[in-house]
Amino acid sequence: MSTTEIIFWFLSALAIFSAIMVITRKNPVFSVLYLIVTFFAISGHYILMNAQFLAIVNIIVYAGAIMVLFLFVLMLMNLNKEGEPRKNRYLLWSGVIAGGMLMIVIIAALQTSKPEIVDSFSKGDIGLIQNLGMALFKEYVVPFEISSILFLSAMVGAVVIGKK
Amino acid sequence: MFHLLNAGIDWGLAIEKLLLIVVVVSIALGFAMYSTYGERKVAAILQDRLGPNRFGPLGLGQPIADAIKLFFKEEIIPNRANKVLFVMGPALAMMAALMTSAVIPWGDKIIIGGKEVSLQIADVNVGILYIFAVVALGVYGVMIGGWSSNNKFSLLAAIRGASQNISYELAMGLSIIALLFVTGSLSLKDIVVGQQETMWNVVYQPLGFFIFLICAFAETNRTPFDLPEAENELNFGYHQEYSSMKLGFYLFAEYINMFMSSVLMATLYFGGYDIPFFNEAASTLHPNWIALLGFLSLMAKTIAFVFFFMWVRWTIPRFRYDQLMHLGWKTLIPLALFNMLLTAAIMLYLQGR
Amino acid sequence: MEALTNRAKQIDRSPMTAWEKMYLPAIVKGLGITFSHMFKKRPTIQYPEVQRPFSSVFRGLHVLNRDEEGRERCTACGLCAVACPAEAITMEAAEREHGEENLYREEKYAAKYEINMLRCIFCGLCEEACPKDAIYLSETFAPAHYDRKGFIYGKDDLLIPDPNTHREAYEKAAAGRVRHKVSAF
Repeated sequence: MSTTEIIFWFLSALAIFSAIMVITRKNPVFSVLYLIVTFFAISGHYILMNAQFLAIVNIIVYAGAIMVLFLFVLMLMNLNKEGEPRKNRYLLWSGVIAGGMLMIVIIAALQTSKPEIVDSFSKGDIGLIQNLGMALFKEYVVPFEISSILFLSAMVGAVVIGKK
Repeated sequence: MFHLLNAGIDWGLAIEKLLLIVVVVSIALGFAMYSTYGERKVAAILQDRLGPNRFGPLGLGQPIADAIKLFFKEEIIPNRANKVLFVMGPALAMMAALMTSAVIPWGDKIIIGGKEVSLQIADVNVGILYIFAVVALGVYGVMIGGWSSNNKFSLLAAIRGASQNISYELAMGLSIIALLFVTGSLSLKDIVVGQQETMWNVVYQPLGFFIFLICAFAETNRTPFDLPEAENELNFGYHQEYSSMKLGFYLFAEYINMFMSSVLMATLYFGGYDIPFFNEAASTLHPNWIALLGFLSLMAKTIAFVFFFMWVRWTIPRFRYDQLMHLGWKTLIPLALFNMLLTAAIMLYLQGR
Repeated sequence: MEALTNRAKQIDRSPMTAWEKMYLPAIVKGLGITFSHMFKKRPTIQYPEVQRPFSSVFRGLHVLNRDEEGRERCTACGLCAVACPAEAITMEAAEREHGEENLYREEKYAAKYEINMLRCIFCGLCEEACPKDAIYLSETFAPAHYDRKGFIYGKDDLLIPDPNTHREAYEKAAAGRVRHKVSAF
């Protein structure tokens, strides 16, 4: 087994373990922390695929900003047993159904896809920032700009709500 | 570093890098240790006092005495605190502070026994982004420590610290984008080499440097942005419940952060290990000497910045929290955006000619 | 209302101009002020090694004086104890025996003389009350102790050195006004 494979299996195990911990922990703060560990493991996978930009941006955006905001909210919440709202049974069932649907969709998507990069560790250089930039701003410039407009609209919406 | 993975393990390289890591980390720790001494001395000098002068010549043994004191203090973990996270907080803060050093070029190549050794632990081609990722992680040390202490003041301070860091990261990133227009590379090594060949980036990016400087103050929680440890409002800040070396780690992490951001400013805007008015490529000196001089030049710039950090700390009072947010979101971010657009326009104009 | 002094300063509360809102000029000015302090003289006195000179009218620890021949001046009249507003002084009188003429100047002397330095307010009224110039306030202050007992100064703590046997110590203690160095312990 080469070093790469060892690292791959280690990261995979870490990612799955911490992902399970995210949904089984009773204390939401621990859930968030395990989710951060999951993000790190995934970033490790990106690095293995030589997608350095993606790896770093994953950490900056998810671990560095979004998860901090999550923690923010969780820490300000009163996590007492008494304060916990009664769980609605319908909500439980609808959650199960929605989750199951999502799983079916993901399985269907994964079945038809042809995983190409996975078996060529750190060979492709599409993930390097220069190539990524070229692809984003030449081939995919219209979807890229449209998604940025989406973010802008979200930002404007947040400001409008904040101004109320 | 990433190419290491598929080529099997090159043991020579691994040992070389490991040694470099040890050296860099110990330099960072030693520097942080003596910047506590420096802080007290600078404070004293600026306030017409003498500062520590009892232990050793000029009081140079003071950091050792402080360290011994911290080590021998009683370790207290609050009863209702979350013990795992309580211990993890300072460790994370320290780790995030030290991790920055990996991508900073500390000097040019040196030659040991006919082998070229680069004085940079990892020349990652997304170096600046890596630094941003690590800076973003620094928030967790503060947040986890503050929350797990089970103390209202700690929690409030931690949340202040986190929101302050996130707010100023934006302006910092925007100011760096303008710099990247000029350098055309995200690798810190390339940025330094580019500055060696032409001029220091601060000449091209004075406004960007200024924004970066302010954000660096905010990111390291230094006065005038030291709201997470505002004693008058929050008793002691997010590390209120900490004692002994765990408190020491938090305090130490602040100084390491200060050191790292000084090095970063020197690297990004002041030519890194570039020696001013000296053409490295044309000189006949042995490369090892050039590397040493370059390292010393980087250290001199760093010390100047660290002194500036302290000088500002003992001059300016703390911002109020709304003023801090006002400055970050309504002044610095638009300013950084303006700087970015201006730089882009000038670059395009120069290319078009 | 009329101002008591002319030092009152009218504060300008008009809204800040754009230049002032930048804060930078003010910050640079402040940095300049702190920087200029680097070159100022430090007024620090390295205490245990260097001691601040006392004013010549300083009222510190008490000293029981001797005359030129080394005899105690105090006659245990009790005027100092009466004058003392803090009631810090107690004494017991005794009669001088034969053969003690070189020790005590008058026929009556203080066998016990105690000053409680915790009570004493160092007002100097004992010094003024004394008809025999026996008690003086010197230019030292009481050192710290671990217990209260240490602050009750007996005769052996208060008496000035004997000029016959310890001439130098006496001169040093009595120079100018009576001085008395309290030995560190």
